[in-house]
Amino acid sequence: MDTKVKQSQGKLKWVGTRQVRPDGVDKVTGRARFGADYSLPGMLVGKVLRSPHAHARIISIDKSKAEALDGVKAVVSGEDFPDIAKEEAFIGEGPINFRYMAHNMMARDKALYDGHAVAAVAATSEEIAQKALALIDVQYEVLPHVIDVRDAMKPDAPILHDDLFTEGVTPEPTRASNIAKQVEFGRGDPDAGFAKADVIVERDYSTQPVHQAYIEPHATLASVDEEGKCQVWASSQGHFMVRAYCAKLLGLDLANIKVTPTEIGGGFGGKTLVYIEPVALLLSRRCSRPVKIVMDREEVFRSTGPAPGSHSTVKIGATKDGKIVAGYAEMRLQAGAYPGSQIGPAGMTAFAPYEIEDVKAVGIDVVVNRPKVAAYRAPGAPLAEFPVESAIDELADKLGMDPIEFRLKNAVKEGTQSCYGPVFQKIGFIETLEAVKNHDHYQTKLGPNQGRGVASGFWFNIGGESTATVNVNEDGSVVLIVGSPDIGGSRASLALMCAETLGIDYKQVRPLIGDTDAIGYTFLTGGSRVTFATGLAAIEAAKNCIDDLRKRAAILWDIDVSNVEWRDGVAHPVDAYSDEHEPMTLKQLAAQSAKTGGPITGHIALNAEGAGPGFGSHVCDVEVDPETGRVEILRYTAVQDAGRAIHPSYVEGQIQGGVAQGIGWALNEEYIYNAEGRLDNPGFLDYRVPVCSDLPMIDTVIVEVENPNHPYGVRGVGEVPIVPPLAAVANAIEAATGKRLADLPMSPPKVLAAIDE
Amino acid sequence: MNYQSPETVDDAVAALSAAGAAGRVLAGGTDLLVQMRSGRRSPEHIVDVKNIPEMRSVTMTADGFRIGAAVAGAELGEQAQVIAEWPGVVEAFELIGSTQIQGRATLGGNLCNGSPAADSVPAMIAAGTIAVIAGPGGRREVPVEEIMTAPGQTSLGDGELVVEFMLPRRAPLSGDAYLRFIPRTEMDIAVVGAGVNLTVDSAGVCQSARVGLGAVAPTPLLVADAAAALVGSTLDDDALNKAAAAASAACNPINDKRGTVEYRVKVAGVLTRRAAKIAYDRARAHA
Amino acid sequence: MSKHHISTSINGESREFLCETRQTLLDVLRDELGMIGSKEGCSSGDCGACSVEVDGRLVCSCLVLGVEVDGKEISTIEGMADGENLHPLQTKFLEHAALQCGVCTPGFLVAAKSLLDRNPNPTETEVRYWLAGNLCRCTGYDKIVRAVMDAADEMRSAS
Repeated sequence: MDTKVKQSQGKLKWVGTRQVRPDGVDKVTGRARFGADYSLPGMLVGKVLRSPHAHARIISIDKSKAEALDGVKAVVSGEDFPDIAKEEAFIGEGPINFRYMAHNMMARDKALYDGHAVAAVAATSEEIAQKALALIDVQYEVLPHVIDVRDAMKPDAPILHDDLFTEGVTPEPTRASNIAKQVEFGRGDPDAGFAKADVIVERDYSTQPVHQAYIEPHATLASVDEEGKCQVWASSQGHFMVRAYCAKLLGLDLANIKVTPTEIGGGFGGKTLVYIEPVALLLSRRCSRPVKIVMDREEVFRSTGPAPGSHSTVKIGATKDGKIVAGYAEMRLQAGAYPGSQIGPAGMTAFAPYEIEDVKAVGIDVVVNRPKVAAYRAPGAPLAEFPVESAIDELADKLGMDPIEFRLKNAVKEGTQSCYGPVFQKIGFIETLEAVKNHDHYQTKLGPNQGRGVASGFWFNIGGESTATVNVNEDGSVVLIVGSPDIGGSRASLALMCAETLGIDYKQVRPLIGDTDAIGYTFLTGGSRVTFATGLAAIEAAKNCIDDLRKRAAILWDIDVSNVEWRDGVAHPVDAYSDEHEPMTLKQLAAQSAKTGGPITGHIALNAEGAGPGFGSHVCDVEVDPETGRVEILRYTAVQDAGRAIHPSYVEGQIQGGVAQGIGWALNEEYIYNAEGRLDNPGFLDYRVPVCSDLPMIDTVIVEVENPNHPYGVRGVGEVPIVPPLAAVANAIEAATGKRLADLPMSPPKVLAAIDE
Repeated sequence: MNYQSPETVDDAVAALSAAGAAGRVLAGGTDLLVQMRSGRRSPEHIVDVKNIPEMRSVTMTADGFRIGAAVAGAELGEQAQVIAEWPGVVEAFELIGSTQIQGRATLGGNLCNGSPAADSVPAMIAAGTIAVIAGPGGRREVPVEEIMTAPGQTSLGDGELVVEFMLPRRAPLSGDAYLRFIPRTEMDIAVVGAGVNLTVDSAGVCQSARVGLGAVAPTPLLVADAAAALVGSTLDDDALNKAAAAASAACNPINDKRGTVEYRVKVAGVLTRRAAKIAYDRARAHA
Repeated sequence: MSKHHISTSINGESREFLCETRQTLLDVLRDELGMIGSKEGCSSGDCGACSVEVDGRLVCSCLVLGVEVDGKEISTIEGMADGENLHPLQTKFLEHAALQCGVCTPGFLVAAKSLLDRNPNPTETEVRYWLAGNLCRCTGYDKIVRAVMDAADEMRSAS
């Protein structure tokens, strides 16, 4: 049946408005329940014992003393988990290897970083659990460790994995190394391209690993009954992901696991994996009691995934008239203890905003004795685009061109073939650059020790699998059930699109995030996909619901359904019948649904394609204290193409949050390891995320170049905004001081050293 | 682990004496609770001193101020007369941690925790603050710069605790200031701290000065050379640069997660110069 | 050893509880009293998610022992709304979309209320410094600061 839906003429009624989020009151009154807020009768406290060594062979683990302690109900270690074969999958925003994931969750023969889980207990109290951890006797043989990527690549470096042979190079290596993989993207002949260049800039850059630093530590509650039925409550970016990974890592039937999503207190990519959920499940299975594991902040920093650090070499050449003719990037990414950093996205995004004939980007995946990296907001892109956007600035300066004009001259647009392969459909990069150029921020004068920097950023955005159900209640209100955890207001944007499509009041739509048994498979919340893909599902489910509503009206009017049209929330008979029947509202149809076939519903399961790529361009003003090297962000403006902002406040919020994280990455965030390879700053005191007084207001400009593949034109927005700030800040510091900083973070000692050079 | 909450200094001394090495004073708790959680300190007897009125009050006489060692930062920040006369000391105390920390953290705790980076200590040293210590042998008065002996350690004996701090009344034509450097604007531990207290004559010539530095040595420092560089000058560039150089020369810092030796040495000079200038302007305004 | 018997007032209501010395006020609120609105983000006083007021002073409840609050008055997020009426700060946080994930929100609201109780007309800088001990990783603080300023404005015109 073809859906006949007509939108109101002109402006949309709900899409684009700033409504209060449906879950808002719960979240401002303390009612909302996050991971650690769930409890069950008889619940035990689970705790994880972690390696104090950066690299050590586990010779033995004696659990007997811990098991004998009164109140201890279960103790497990690596030997209690099934052995998992190497199996690669590309899920979400990075490659997954289940063997590595299993070993990262619980060490087997070796502990590979400070904080690596080696055993776990379940006990009747926190205190007893702590005591039990101290009673587990782990014998280690401490091995030499390596923390830095460049050191790890040296031939004499300590080897983390005896069976790791570099993929993607010829000839195939004959001995194991820490270099897991090499990938290449690009086209043409960079050497020939550079030969045509009048000006070439080349430089080495480095970025530090940074943590997603969500405020809510990982938390889970698991309960296994005597029949083997498993229930998990987890704070994650995808409960179907938790179900799949728990099944895989424990060798369980997926059908026996039900995962209920709790509210999630921030993820940013860091909760797209499992760390403690399978551990809690196994502990619970051992003692048939519910087990809750809540990480503390130190565990979060020591054992969960940061974004990779990197060392890169970037070279770009342009002609005198400002055309970029060649680009080359070699990026060495720090994967942490197991292979699988984001070399793919890094290689693809590095030059993505620019049209370059001869270009090559190489990504190298290197293991080191640090926690395994995880996705973090546009994974791979900030560390890849920071060097390129810095080099672009340097080139513009050498050519005597305005940095915006230089970017405009080389910007990709609809029909351009991207440096990583595909041809761009409709995109809004140029529009963001124009908006910056025309913004008053770009024109204002600066004082002494102040400087202005601009930078742009790109992210693919993704679609993927989503399911949605729209159930009409007998009073005409609607429940929208989806499978996407809401990490930043997506209930609001989904309800807006649902209300818009149905033509009913936004407040009549109650969105619900269904558990894994209540709604069909939905891929995790990541890749800036929810408003696009789950939004598409909400719209399509609403359309199917409209088809059902039209059928009901047709039955009541005794006419063919093709003669019923849905307009602004009301069923209308088409012209020929318009005199015979009064139009019926959704509410009226709902009231009579028993007579017309029972409850009214709409459902869809889809795999959304055509996510619109996102671009942003940022301007940043800084002031540098020439005597201390401290950098103050004076003013910040971020322009982004959102396709269409469904809920403008939350689009702005995504942009502002991404910018703040990018500024933290640029200025102060870093991991500090001591000589023994132990993390020296596993807390918010010395892992320095931006605080409220560090930042100015972050002005946003939303550009709307509609994505043709979405009914309302949506593009993902969440990830792009973390990409430009790194270079925008670096470029501003360069403008203020005349010094180019290529090593992040640009903390006061580094800035001062550069000034004093 | 047990908890006692005495209401007199004598009872607190008795409790601490009985507990010996297993005892620990709980004032604001902003260091102790963190240390207990991380396992760095595991006291068996906690003696909460916040119910001792003498340690919780601020009194002013013609001679000076007596500030209870368990007065919280937020409370001192409401003492208009102390702020008017010792802005540097109050600012230093108020720089410690967040608003939430200010609701709890105390001057006595900041000193007795023994951190070389304690913000209030260089300012108190510059101000010539005297700590009143009570113990089994009675009370004694000790200049603040003599309390810390090493990171995490103090000169307090068994059963002793700091009861209060004595600050003189502000003399005419004198002023103080404290500045610290941190990477962010808030929430960090000082990388360098510098407190300056000085007196000028009616012509603006510095008559006396004291300079305290924090986070640049195992304990906070009283830097006589830096002070001497200021005395006799009108804090012209030459004098300020000499004071800065003397401050830098007095540093004996370490490389750690918060700063490098080189950076701390340099910034100690910068902050000494800047703090001296503020103290000088305040002194001249305080006729 | 035996537990301490503590009598206190929480959000104007008399409450009694038993606690061990090592338990923090946050542990007591969440685990003994079922008041889960105060969140644990760091347990070291660095994130502010557990902010409450004790005798009118804003503190991190993770840095207060349960045993210390005997006879004291405690205010938490659960007591912020007045019956069915949200506090203006709560309303403004919703209107301005000053929350994304929402886990830091209770702490921010309690801290912001403590500011406005003392200073009904704060500058942006005063708001930012007062709230510097409350970490938010989602919003970049922009909308939080705007919401607090707007609530202050509204409360001033209402009074």
